[in-house]
Amino acid sequence: MRRSPLLALYAAFVFAFVYLPIVVLVLYSFNRDGVGGFPPRHFTLRWYTELFADSAIWDSLLNSLMVAGASVALSLALGLLAALALDRTDFPGKTLFRRLVLLPLILPGIITGLSLLMFAVFAGVQLSLITVLLGHATALVSVSTTELFAGLQKLDRAQEEASLDLGATPWQTFWRVTLPNLRLSLIAAGLLIFTLSMDEIAVTFFLFGRDNTLPLEIWARLRRGITPEINAISALILVVSVGLIVIWYHLRARSLGGGSQELL
Amino acid sequence: MYSRAYKSLVSIPPIAWVGAFLLLPYALMFVHSLWAVREGVIVHQWNWENYKTLFTNALYAEVLLRTMRIAASVTLCSILLGYPLAYYLAFHAGARKELLYLLVIVPLWVSYLVRGYAWKTILGSDGVLNGFLQYLHLTHEPVGFFLYSPFAVVLMLTHIYTPFVFLPIYAALEHIPRPLLEASEDLGAGSVQTFWRVILPLSMPGLLAGATFAFVLSLGDFLAPLLVGGPSGTMIANVVQSLFGAAFDWPLGAAISVGILVITISLLFLSELLEKRWAFK
Repeated sequence: MRRSPLLALYAAFVFAFVYLPIVVLVLYSFNRDGVGGFPPRHFTLRWYTELFADSAIWDSLLNSLMVAGASVALSLALGLLAALALDRTDFPGKTLFRRLVLLPLILPGIITGLSLLMFAVFAGVQLSLITVLLGHATALVSVSTTELFAGLQKLDRAQEEASLDLGATPWQTFWRVTLPNLRLSLIAAGLLIFTLSMDEIAVTFFLFGRDNTLPLEIWARLRRGITPEINAISALILVVSVGLIVIWYHLRARSLGGGSQELL
Repeated sequence: MYSRAYKSLVSIPPIAWVGAFLLLPYALMFVHSLWAVREGVIVHQWNWENYKTLFTNALYAEVLLRTMRIAASVTLCSILLGYPLAYYLAFHAGARKELLYLLVIVPLWVSYLVRGYAWKTILGSDGVLNGFLQYLHLTHEPVGFFLYSPFAVVLMLTHIYTPFVFLPIYAALEHIPRPLLEASEDLGAGSVQTFWRVILPLSMPGLLAGATFAFVLSLGDFLAPLLVGGPSGTMIANVVQSLFGAAFDWPLGAAISVGILVITISLLFLSELLEKRWAFK
């Protein structure tokens, strides 16, 4: 390893570019004079107390939690099956299936959102949190499939073979061997899906009915103008998602061995 | 070793899901693009008019071109920031590598909306940047052109996609067998030559994957223009969004969406072809 101060300086600059806006956002959530102006002068918790009294925000948070929880369950179940299908079966159109499952990962959210909107109208389904959930699950199955497929590839097949040889049914083998071995991958994928669903806005934008999710509620307020209260809720969202991501990262590193695995 | 029942049990539900919620909706989108709107109602009158409008109305070409320019700028800036960072982490970071890697990963998954909002508060005419410049007495009046411009859109999207571009490049750099670099130096190449002749070619697949990702996702973004772009930063997905909203012309909106879908899939296909050609064997 050679020293290279110029490169280190450039790397520091990139880190500053990535983190500075986030730091500014959090800093101004404690600024008495609100967002803007320099430097931030008087420390206050006023914006947080206002936030805690704001029932619309909490209602939307509850909606988001429900959608995210259901998204995790649905995406994990479907992603697990899809990963098993990709890992262990052959069927006509398997390549096409793999590409379609993963497509929402790289497709702009507006395409996923609008195509599902047309589907809802076609099927005569009214827009609600259910359609939002449908959108999230469709978009996020791509994430659970990649994560769980990576986990399956690392599994030791010999254990499953031993279980089957010793007389366990495939069903017992699945519940007692495959699933427990995949535990860390499942938790890691679940955390990631939860975080992404809580933040999702591009797909949700076209599928929500009367009830707002948290990002949509923030979006609606942004259209009216900047308030320090949004800084406060953003700072809280940041703290929670950073926490979840760090846990996810460690679980993933443990389940796949080594942290620097390809994510996409 | 797996029975037929097992195989059908694991493959049928996800296939059915993909068919119902991905394939069918895409098909519906295409079907819509062949319909028309008469007096505020969608009529099932099969025609190619929407596609003709796209190719003949100069407005759409103009917005599409601007969108491509913005997406290309975002891609370029993300590479210029992400590649050296990945290079630094892969070859020079030493013991701090794991921690720094985590520091890049965290913002990758952290709220798009929160990060976009942060830029809005920084760039606004009574925002943080203007406050800072006036504090330093570099300017005396608020500078208005930071926010609501294509520049702001490029800045915000570069901020979001730099970690995305970093990731596959870093993975590619990590996979380069270290003896190759030693061999290059033993044979007399300097570090600059080693970079251009060994490292860069071997990291091309990763670079390509990251670039495709940044370009495609920027191409279809409609939130950044709404948040920080203003009228001069309008992108093609904003046109779609307004056609599905206030302008109420779903068929035309669907036709543009099909266009975005086709461009996206062609780019993915192209990048996969190139990746295979450049892949390290």
